[in-house]
Amino acid sequence: MSAPAGQRPAGSTLGVPQEGAANSTERAQSANTRHPLPREGGRGDGGLANEPSLLAALSAVIRRDLLLAMRRKSDVLTTLFFFIIVVSLFPLGIGPEMAMLRQIAPGVLWVAALLATMLSLNRLFAADHADGTLEQMALSAVPLGVLVTGKVIAHWLLSGLPLALLAPVLGLQFDLASGSLAVLVVSLLIGTPVLSLIGAVGAALTLGVRGGGVLVSLLVLPLYVPVLIFGAGAVEADLTGLGATAHLSLLAAFLALAAFFGPWATTVALRIALE
Amino acid sequence: MLEASNLECVRGEKSLFRDVSFRLAAGACLMVQGANGSGKTSLLRMLCGLAQPAQGEIRWDGEPIRKLAEDYRGELLYCGHAGALKDDLTALENAQISATLAGAPVAEDAARQALRQLGLKGREDLPARVLSAGQKRRVALSRLLLEKRRLWVLDEPLTALDKAAVATLCGVIDAHLAAGGMAVLTSHQDLPLATTRIEQLRLDS
Repeated sequence: MSAPAGQRPAGSTLGVPQEGAANSTERAQSANTRHPLPREGGRGDGGLANEPSLLAALSAVIRRDLLLAMRRKSDVLTTLFFFIIVVSLFPLGIGPEMAMLRQIAPGVLWVAALLATMLSLNRLFAADHADGTLEQMALSAVPLGVLVTGKVIAHWLLSGLPLALLAPVLGLQFDLASGSLAVLVVSLLIGTPVLSLIGAVGAALTLGVRGGGVLVSLLVLPLYVPVLIFGAGAVEADLTGLGATAHLSLLAAFLALAAFFGPWATTVALRIALE
Repeated sequence: MLEASNLECVRGEKSLFRDVSFRLAAGACLMVQGANGSGKTSLLRMLCGLAQPAQGEIRWDGEPIRKLAEDYRGELLYCGHAGALKDDLTALENAQISATLAGAPVAEDAARQALRQLGLKGREDLPARVLSAGQKRRVALSRLLLEKRRLWVLDEPLTALDKAAVATLCGVIDAHLAAGGMAVLTSHQDLPLATTRIEQLRLDS
């Protein structure tokens, strides 16, 4: 037993592609034979036939949400304009004191990004809940977690990513050096997915609750605080010459944790909300 | 085979129904009847696994549906009051996307064909927003033709449909039953099905 087990890695690397090919033809066959309906006890095949469509379903959710956003641009633009306006008001309010502006820049940009993300959270599941799409997602042969992950990715593409790309332009108003601007973008690129992932849990928990908008802020904001501290801290550390690596590593750790637990918690919360 | 034993539904403090049991074999159709508020939709949602019964158990081929999870959902098609349509998407996009989300992607031709069969020829590329209530219903029902599932759970499928569409839908349901499928339906209107294997379930206590 033990000798073949030791050889298994080499054998399995050769065996995997063949096995995969065999599986996929099997799947194709079972997908075809699914159509004649009278087949008792065929649920094992049913599961297999659905497997290849997991990625298709994930990308379909993302494409669908992006398509819907394109058809109704105002929702996305509201978030972006909010971010631009809030950030731009600070230099106007404080005046041309460069040292002061440089000092508050990381905090202002990060707080504005955080609030802008919160602004878009209510829409994450509300429309799908109202028109019954969420129910259908919960009944899909594709695990709900996959579909939820797709929705979170789409949310980030529509809120977090544009914020991160806009941030350096807005950072110029605060007289940030190009090195700090780069750190700002990187910190937002790592941090905003965490905001989307945590926000999705909050949005799912408050789904269908009256006054859910306020509740979501109360639930989610405390959880955003660590991201804010390390995100803004990264830029600050770079400004003071300490180097941002430690902060960025911690942000990445948050992202890994949130990516692991976020979709799962969101799925559980959605199932409760639908009941 | 779908089996329900001693189901009880509780809403707040009130028990809507209790001791509801039935068996549904391949090729049979269950008509759930009862007044407004008697728990028809609640029962249907339980059968889908969207709600948990206060008591009792639902089994699919002998196994509890809670345990089967995705395997059961892959056999099930639920069409509820909400059509799950997006106003900003066209009828065709709606049909294709809902099939993909359900885990059974379909080609554009198949989706067009299904919409045409339900009398939406020429409307495929209109946004759902401009369709009438009956037309939206037809788009929602196109899933019946596109997703190959053994168990159909249809909550008031006839709402807003005209006579021609009712006849088409009955034909579709009959074909599904003749092929060995199962259906659980609620309807306040008469459903002129050709099949003789219709079981009735009254929820009025």
